[in-house]
Amino acid sequence: MPEKFDVIVVGAGPAGTSCAYTCAKNGLKVLQIERGEYPGSKNVMGGVLYRKQMEEIIPEFWKEAPLERPVVEQRFWMMDKESAVSFGYKGLEWAKEPYNNFTVLRAKFDQWFAGKGVEAGVLLINETVATECIVEDGKVVGIKTDRPDGEVYADVTVLADGVNSLLGKQLGFHKEFRPDEVALTVMEVINLSKDKINDRFNLEDNQGCTIEIFGDSTKGNLGTAFIYTNKESINIGVGTTLSSMISSRMKPYDLLDYLKNHPMVRNLIGGGEPAEYLAHLIPEGGYHSVPKVAGNGVLVVGDAAQLVNAIHREGSNMAMASGRMAAETIMEAHQAGDFSHEFLNAYRDKLYDSFIIKDLKKYKNATHVFEHNPQYFKEYVPMLNRAASKFFTVDGSSKKTKQKQIIKTMTSEKGTIKLIKDVYKAWKAVK
Amino acid sequence: MHIVVCVKQVPDTKIIKINPKTNTLDRRSAPAILNPYDAHAVQAAVKVKEEYGGLISVLSMGPPQAVEIIKKSVEIGADGGYLITDRAFAGADTLATSYALFKALDRISKDKPIDLIICGKHAIDGDTGQVGPGIARRLDIPPITNVIEISDIDLKIRKVRVKRKIINGYERIETGLPCLLTVEKEINPIEYSPLPNMIRAARYQPVIWAVSDLDEVDRTQLGLKGSPTIVGKMFTPPKPEGGHVLEGTPSEQAGQIVEVLLKNKELFSVN
Repeated sequence: MPEKFDVIVVGAGPAGTSCAYTCAKNGLKVLQIERGEYPGSKNVMGGVLYRKQMEEIIPEFWKEAPLERPVVEQRFWMMDKESAVSFGYKGLEWAKEPYNNFTVLRAKFDQWFAGKGVEAGVLLINETVATECIVEDGKVVGIKTDRPDGEVYADVTVLADGVNSLLGKQLGFHKEFRPDEVALTVMEVINLSKDKINDRFNLEDNQGCTIEIFGDSTKGNLGTAFIYTNKESINIGVGTTLSSMISSRMKPYDLLDYLKNHPMVRNLIGGGEPAEYLAHLIPEGGYHSVPKVAGNGVLVVGDAAQLVNAIHREGSNMAMASGRMAAETIMEAHQAGDFSHEFLNAYRDKLYDSFIIKDLKKYKNATHVFEHNPQYFKEYVPMLNRAASKFFTVDGSSKKTKQKQIIKTMTSEKGTIKLIKDVYKAWKAVK
Repeated sequence: MHIVVCVKQVPDTKIIKINPKTNTLDRRSAPAILNPYDAHAVQAAVKVKEEYGGLISVLSMGPPQAVEIIKKSVEIGADGGYLITDRAFAGADTLATSYALFKALDRISKDKPIDLIICGKHAIDGDTGQVGPGIARRLDIPPITNVIEISDIDLKIRKVRVKRKIINGYERIETGLPCLLTVEKEINPIEYSPLPNMIRAARYQPVIWAVSDLDEVDRTQLGLKGSPTIVGKMFTPPKPEGGHVLEGTPSEQAGQIVEVLLKNKELFSVN
């Protein structure tokens, strides 16, 4: 007779573990299924973990979690072939408690986090794939796994099975993605000594830096590149929407090579030893792509629910918050003994009432606008670089003349009306 | 029928790095796993249990985190397991290890007599293959090494028949129970564990014993004190040099090989 649990969580990433941990901590009987050899072995992100949403699950986690460096500086580059316009913020208040965010290596972090779940009472099973939900009378009552005698039952099944949620598709919650709804990101972890990192990025031992790069980092396609400092390694990666990759016939690894050899980048990572190569799909469809997140006996969290804010590179924090909200709803359902769609829909309300869906709504058209107007990355970034070069080059002409010349080139290149339209369109997309 | 499988936690030598200065294994560089031969030993015990019934216990000596390999053994199908862990065991060579395991087996057999002990043929970190036979010697039971098949067990007359690998072939051996077998990987493939085993393993807490839990232990035979082995020197073997790479189409290369072999008959003389 297959065993029955209060909750089955499919997936041991930040969303799944937040949910499993919170449920177990509150006394529920939780089974967590992970397909990888260990939690984190198959999980990929650029590497920034936000303090706030993690702290809401495990207070003062920074005292024990395997973190790399607290981020004290965030830089943004608008990069052209041999130049970059940059801005950023560095503040040493971020080097102290309570911190703002941290760089992490997911293989280590996810393992630690799932370990906290196990301490709280979660039964974690690795190397097991949940192949389908068991549906009886229109209600999800458990899952089937790829193991012999692989059926197991629960009052609630939580789908935290990641961007390509096979179980979500099986239930008809969402369809196969369109190529413009997902980004393909490839990254490398490059080992580099602590001293070199500190020197090259102007840091001290317990300080980290993040650089987000737009423009030539993706050869003008919709996407970004990033460079994050760990303790003794650097995460460098680049991602663009799958649709851009298809239309421009780019190969993701070629793009990463291009970035690593870019004159603005290569000296930051020079002499380092590539230690890991990772690739993953990232759900970037935003608000319009969020699927049904609750059903009879089932909830969807994290990437499986497409909860990623591509503009602000936030995802793991949304995953964690959604996992926690799902757990809260499950506890209420457990108390009421009601696991119906109507009851579990309280989770959807929580989600839509929180920063998660509010933020996704704010940028609901942004990806679409940038995808369909390639001029922003392809033309305006180089234009901005030319303008900056002109303005900062001392050649004897007055600053006022330079300003006039810059405006004249811009308007003559694009036409005044087109320029104003584009500025308005971009502003509207992110306002 | 009570089967005890002796298992060891080892660094995954497929990934491990060697510290170029000290020539020792950098154990942090590789995850700790159940010694692959021991996994086959547990699987062999599961097969025996499926056919003849009984109880499978696993036994390991190691640091507290070695409970993980006992849980792994439960995933494969062991019923339970014992870990002996104590600072007094640290630094043990094969002699001291087999003594400590012998004492633990002695203790286990007091609760339930042991009919069969199975070990992997060797651990992939040390490659000595001495601990299994060492245990058998101390228990005064027959050791059979390099077993590739457990053909038949007769519990009435307490006999076991096995097939063991030897150079250029195999032999069939019959011996009495209890006995100790060390197994090769060929004995069986590791099966994909059923989900109920996985759930049981996730919950399972092995029995943990310190030296003080064992009976009549001579502490001078434990750990570093009980280990006469001295490691004189460690080095990374030099990469082989010389050799000759054949060129041409596969059939031309085959012809060249035949020529070389005919010229150098000692290369394929059978000893």
